[in-house]
Amino acid sequence: MSAPENEHAKEHGGPRVDEPTGTATMGHEWDGIEELNTPLPTWWLYTFYACIVFAIGYCVVYPAIPGIKEGSHGTFGWTSRGQLASEMDAAKAARAPVLAALDATPIEDLPKNPELLAKAVAGGKAAFKVNCVPCHGSGAAGSIGYPNLNDDDWLWGGTLTDIQTTLEHGIRQPGDDATRTSMMPSFGRDGILKPADVQDVVSYVRQISGQEPGNASAQRGAALFAANCVACHGADGKGNRMFGAPNLTDKVWLYGGSRTAITETVTNAHAGVMPAWGNRLSPATIKMLAAYVHSLGGGEAFAAPAAPAAETAASTGQ
Amino acid sequence: MATQEKQPFHWHGAIEKNITLLGVLSLLVVLVGGIVEIAPLFWIDNTIEKVKGVRPYTPLEQAGRDIYVREGCYLCHSQMIRPFRDETERYGHYSLAAESMYDHPFQWGSERTGPDLARVGGKYSDAWHVQHLTAPRSVVPESIMPNYAFLAKNELKKPDIAAEVKALSITGVPYTKDDIAKAKDDLINQANPDADNTDLLKRYPKAQARDFDGNPKKLTEMDALIAYLQVLGTFVDTESAAAQEALAKEKGR
Repeated sequence: MSAPENEHAKEHGGPRVDEPTGTATMGHEWDGIEELNTPLPTWWLYTFYACIVFAIGYCVVYPAIPGIKEGSHGTFGWTSRGQLASEMDAAKAARAPVLAALDATPIEDLPKNPELLAKAVAGGKAAFKVNCVPCHGSGAAGSIGYPNLNDDDWLWGGTLTDIQTTLEHGIRQPGDDATRTSMMPSFGRDGILKPADVQDVVSYVRQISGQEPGNASAQRGAALFAANCVACHGADGKGNRMFGAPNLTDKVWLYGGSRTAITETVTNAHAGVMPAWGNRLSPATIKMLAAYVHSLGGGEAFAAPAAPAAETAASTGQ
Repeated sequence: MATQEKQPFHWHGAIEKNITLLGVLSLLVVLVGGIVEIAPLFWIDNTIEKVKGVRPYTPLEQAGRDIYVREGCYLCHSQMIRPFRDETERYGHYSLAAESMYDHPFQWGSERTGPDLARVGGKYSDAWHVQHLTAPRSVVPESIMPNYAFLAKNELKKPDIAAEVKALSITGVPYTKDDIAKAKDDLINQANPDADNTDLLKRYPKAQARDFDGNPKKLTEMDALIAYLQVLGTFVDTESAAAQEALAKEKGR
């Protein structure tokens, strides 16, 4: 700004204009320090005013203002829980036809309806990821102590209904009256077998599972096995699903098949727990999960009796 | 500068020149924020709703909760299921304020590195918890949780649980005199499968009494922590018709 203009401003009583910048000052001064008058850009200022107006409107239509007994409801009547409820209702409505069909179909009849079965398997896959992965793994391959669900080696049965029962009531689930339960004795810890006897039994188990050649220890173990173990594991060691007693003659081991692992099992026993899902998941979800687990590769057909021959038949059947 | 002193001074000049006035007015402005945002939480119905089923923790659960706090579990795990579809489908019904009314302090957390634990109770078996706390990657390969194997070795040391329970009762947790008197026995018996726990289960509904860590001979920190984890979110029957109806009627949040 030129000097004459500056003079002009002074004459009219306005604030002094700073010469280097050409900007008017605010008109006050402390110890010789003055402040330039550089107001906010107009667009910014009006955006700010608009925000204030918006905020007032927001407080009117949405819950915002606290009162004595409760907060204001807002004219829209919006609630976070209400929004969730409507989202859930929409999702529920989308699923409703499939779930209704699942509720109406006894699980035994599911294989007769391939389209519904495919939907159930897809739904079961999602539910599996949420609920089952922590123990059985994302590929359902299990780990030490948690059964692999991809194979056809079932502890408590592998038909759709068996799997459904296991899902609903769990295994050894405390507090569930219909849960499947059994308790292997701690042969070593409780002194039923002496440590040397335990080793003999282990030798025998490793012989019938084809991991060790027969020897004197295994022969002694056979007698001990006949006296202590056949009630649950069967005379041939092929297990019994009534008690969830595993087949000891195959290569599938829940707690490991090494000498150390079997010794540990015979000494201290294991009693794995599967939670009951009957009161956490809906019946339709449990059906979907059963269908998914059944579809993984080891699902058994219904006609199959719980005999070893049936397992091969079932794995080709599904 | 005589000319400038005659300038009409802006109205806030008086505040800027008086430090006491500036301080007092600043305080008032800050107070408005506090009064509007914090104070109503102490009286409006939404935040002090009573919900059926919430009970104080048993001494063993409380001891487990102390370990949860000590180990800083809240730094990675929240206990607050928000009312979003993705969270409720994964973790269960959204958390209610009343469910943490006896938590001092509550463990809502804010960092969600690990999964939310508000309804973890009953979701996994005790054996799974033992294995997972001992070696998390043995069950969840992609986990980044530290190992807490020492919990199973550490004997649970609570020299004066009755005093702790009493202190909580002073803060408003409704422990009875009976609860306080029996706190020490309750602490030991809840994890003892051979003890008679009928009285404990009567005083603490939905409590679970059993050996939690797979070693019935020793009361360990693992016992306490798992006892705590197994009750999280199990007190309130959120699926009950009455609860659903009450929530549907709610307004204002």
